Amino acid sequence: MNKEIKRHIEETLAKGMRFDGRKADEYRPISVQVGVTKNAEGSARVKIGETDVIVGVKMAVEKPYPDTPEDGTFAVNVELLPLSNPEFETGPPGIQAIELARVVDRGVRESKAVDTKALCIEKAEKAWCIMVDICPINDAGNLFDASSLATILALQDTRFPAFDGIEIDYKTRTEKKIPLHLIPVAVTVYKIGKHLLVDPTIEEDQVSDARLTVCATEDGHICALQKGGNTPLTLSDIEAMIDYALGQIKVLRHNIGVKK
Amino acid sequence: MAYKKRVDGRDWHETRPITAKAGVIPRADGSAYFKIGDTEAYAAVYGPRNLYPRFMQDPATGILRCHYNMMPFSGSGERVRPGGSRRSKEISAVTEKALLPVLDLTEFPNAVVDVFIEFPQTDAGSRCAGICAAAIALADAGLSMKDMVSAIAVGKVDDKLVVDLNYAEESYDAEVADIPIAVIPSTGEITLLQLDGIIDKHDLKKAIENGIETCRKINEVQKNALKEKYRK
Repeated sequence: MNKEIKRHIEETLAKGMRFDGRKADEYRPISVQVGVTKNAEGSARVKIGETDVIVGVKMAVEKPYPDTPEDGTFAVNVELLPLSNPEFETGPPGIQAIELARVVDRGVRESKAVDTKALCIEKAEKAWCIMVDICPINDAGNLFDASSLATILALQDTRFPAFDGIEIDYKTRTEKKIPLHLIPVAVTVYKIGKHLLVDPTIEEDQVSDARLTVCATEDGHICALQKGGNTPLTLSDIEAMIDYALGQIKVLRHNIGVKK
Repeated sequence: MAYKKRVDGRDWHETRPITAKAGVIPRADGSAYFKIGDTEAYAAVYGPRNLYPRFMQDPATGILRCHYNMMPFSGSGERVRPGGSRRSKEISAVTEKALLPVLDLTEFPNAVVDVFIEFPQTDAGSRCAGICAAAIALADAGLSMKDMVSAIAVGKVDDKLVVDLNYAEESYDAEVADIPIAVIPSTGEITLLQLDGIIDKHDLKKAIENGIETCRKINEVQKNALKEKYRK
């Protein structure tokens, strides 16, 4: 069955089309909203077509890790809610959720967007811990890009809760923001046959041969990569996919107005 | 000192503002959004679908499975650790019992109907909001139901009987009784009843009567949400 769908998708792509009428390099309509849940210190909701993701940021004060006594911490977690996709099951995160969380995490961490030194309160004793939770409401494909975008917007939206040195008062939010040096944006390029495309539907995702998530900073530096899918890529494939992604990242930045 | 005025200025029998919407999750077979005050619930129904492992199957009828879950950032304090807690398991179970009486799943032997209830934001009354959302979602999924189920928390704060306690009232510094109930509106039968706190028998009866009356109003909001989906 998948083989036939794949053949059909490839033939359509060869004509420069997709099932839903988009071009290969065209995203579905994107809408973003910040401050969507008031109990989180920061939050954002990103919709790409029918894909709908909520990201919330909670903060806590903890003892820094012994090997980085002067740094606060930053952690990304994904809950692939069975509410959002009939294939998702209850229970601890599976490999799909873990990979998604780690790819989003890598983009933010490796770009050095978050100044973890500035999260330290008292060396080797107390530091802020930023916990990002990604919760899809509806998965209609491309959770990678939707989650990455929502994460960075939620981090921008975050305001520290009040802290008196002993206890956090979650009811009182200060004006203090997370120190963000720059804003990384991620785009995942999919390869189906010899065709490249972005923002796949579930169907396109299922028949794709390979994918490459590229995360880049404003100045065009690549800060994280992740190849997925079962088919190997040649160096020229990778070059083409990175060029494709960098072009799309620029468009995305412009369209969403992601700014520092 | 008597409780003279509600924390948020509402009348004693007034609920917080309610918004309800059907069909909000395209991938689900049925879905709904239910917001009461600052408590927000999403419910998605999947099924009837195959049930595994097979020993769980019932050849006489389909079964209903409810899953109540708070998103990690939805609580008013610290992050809620993901994964089931004793609390969420119990609430899932009572939600199931609250909804089952209006359903007839005998048409679907060996199958399961899964209801997933998620909260992006909570401010007390989440199990009731979850039940309200789930009932709309089950109807949206096209399952045969003999009625809706509507739910609300009623109770007593100090010396006053109130409807729809928010978090500030639940944690009010006085004697508080919190009584979540779910009701089949057409018959007035009660499918969920819990009580935390202290109340005498007379007040309990009155509180439940308030709850039944409120549930009938909530039922109108639920029905409207379903009609609204098909109104152009």
